Amino acid sequence: MSGTGPLGAAGAVLRRDLTLFFRHRSDIINPLLFFIIVVTLVPLGVGPEESTLRVMAPGVVWVAALLAAMLSLEGIFRSDFDDGSLEQLVISPQPLALLVLAKVFAHWLVSGLPLVVLGPVLGASLFLPDRAMGTLVLSLLLGTPILSLIGAIGVALTVGVQRGGVLLSLLVLPLYIPVLIFGASAVSSAAAGLPVIGPLALLGALLALALTLAPLGAAAALRISLS
Amino acid sequence: MKRVQRGEVAIPTSITRRLWAFFHRLASPRYFYELAGKLVPWLGWGTVLLLAAGLYGGLWFAPADYQQGDAYRIIFIHVPAAWMSLFVYVLMAGAGFIGLVWRIKIADVVAKTCAPIGASFAFLTLCTGSLWGKPMWGTYWVWDARLTSELILLFLYLGYIALESAIEDRRTAARASSVLALVGVVNIPIIHYSVDWWHTLHQGPTVFKLGGPSISLDMLVPLLLMTLAFKLFFFTMLLVRARTEVLEREANSAWVRETVTSQ
Repeated sequence: MSGTGPLGAAGAVLRRDLTLFFRHRSDIINPLLFFIIVVTLVPLGVGPEESTLRVMAPGVVWVAALLAAMLSLEGIFRSDFDDGSLEQLVISPQPLALLVLAKVFAHWLVSGLPLVVLGPVLGASLFLPDRAMGTLVLSLLLGTPILSLIGAIGVALTVGVQRGGVLLSLLVLPLYIPVLIFGASAVSSAAAGLPVIGPLALLGALLALALTLAPLGAAAALRISLS
Repeated sequence: MKRVQRGEVAIPTSITRRLWAFFHRLASPRYFYELAGKLVPWLGWGTVLLLAAGLYGGLWFAPADYQQGDAYRIIFIHVPAAWMSLFVYVLMAGAGFIGLVWRIKIADVVAKTCAPIGASFAFLTLCTGSLWGKPMWGTYWVWDARLTSELILLFLYLGYIALESAIEDRRTAARASSVLALVGVVNIPIIHYSVDWWHTLHQGPTVFKLGGPSISLDMLVPLLLMTLAFKLFFFTMLLVRARTEVLEREANSAWVRETVTSQ
C-alpha cells in the first residue's frame, strides 16, 4: 500500500515527477547541452593553451554546473503551478516540506546527477589531471543537491511572478557562492595534489544544513506564493 | 479581573503591561505615523550634530596616519557604512521575521524600507573602499575577502529589492521577501567564512592590515562619533521613508485622507 502515510505520499510525488520528466525529455537535456556549450566556449574565449585551461578547469566546470543547475530550476515547480497540481500538494494533509523534498530529489535525479556524470568528461576536455577526477565527481555529488535545495526556495518564491527567470537567478546565484568556493577549491586542491578532505567536509556540512532547512523554507515560500 | 473590551486599552499597572500596550499601539499605522513624525526632527538634528562633530574630529583633529598619511581618513565614512550595511540587513530580516510571524503591517513597512538604505550603505562601502584602494593598493579593486563579501551583500540587497518589487500584491511581496531575507541571514555567515577561506587559499597580492597594532584614541573617538551619526542618519531615513510608505499603503483609510488634505 502506498499513498497513505507521509512517506507513501512522498514516494508517489517522486514517482509522478520522474514519470513527467521522462515524458518531457528535452527539459532534462537542454540544461545539459547548456552545460557542455558553456564549457566549450571557454577555450574559444581564452585560447587553447593547456597550461591556462588546466588551471581554470575546476572553476569553469563548477561555474557551468552552477548555471546549468540554475537554468533547470524552474522545472521543480513551474509546470505544477501552471496546471494547479501544486495547490493540491499544498492543501494535502501530508507535510508539505516532505513533499517538497521528494520533488527536489526527483529534480536532482534528472538534472543534478547528469551533471555529476558529465563533469569528468568536460574536466578532461579542459586538461584536468586524472588524479582530480574522483574529487570532481565527489564534489559535484555533494554540491549539486545543495544547488537544487537552495534553488527550490528561490523557485517557490518566484513561481507566482510573471517572467521570474531572471529574478530567480538574481536571488539564487549569490546564495550559491559557498558551494562554488568549496566545490572548486576541492578540485583545485586535488589537481595540485593537496588534501581535499577539508572542502569536501564543508560541502557535506552545507548539504546537511540545506537538506534539513531548505525544504522547510521552500514549503513556507510555496504557501506564501499560493496564498 | 475586569474584562477588557475590544478597542479599549487596559489600565497599565506594571511596566511590562505598559510596554505591551506601547507595542500594540506601535503596530497601528496611524500611531506609528504620528510617533515617527515627532521623532524625525530629533533624529535628524542629532545626525547633523554628530556628523559635524565626527567629521571635524576625523578630518582636522585626528592625526595623520604614520603609514597612510591623510588617505586613511576615508575610514570615517567607510567603516561606519560597512557596519551599517550589515546592521541594516539583520534589522531587515528581524523586521521581516516579525512581519511573518505576528503579521504586523509596520514590520513589513520597516523591512521594505530598510532594503534601499542598506543597499546604499553597501554601495557606499564599496565606493569608498575602492577610492581608498587606488592610492593604497594601486588598484580600485582587489578580490579581497572583505570586498567580495560586501559585494555579495549588495547582491543580496538587490535580490531582495527585485523580489519585493516583482510581486504585485503587497502582503505577498512582504512575506516572500521576508523569507528571502531570512534565508540570506542564515547564509551571510556561511558566505562570509567561505569567502574568507577562499581568500586564504588564493593568497592575493596584498592583504589588508590596519596601520598599527591598535587604533589610537584620537582616531577611535571620531570613528565612534561617525558610527553613531550613521546610525541616527539611518533611523531618520528609515522613519521618513516608512512614513511615506505607510501613507501609500493606507491610502484608502480615513485618517490618511484627513492628514493629506489638511496639509
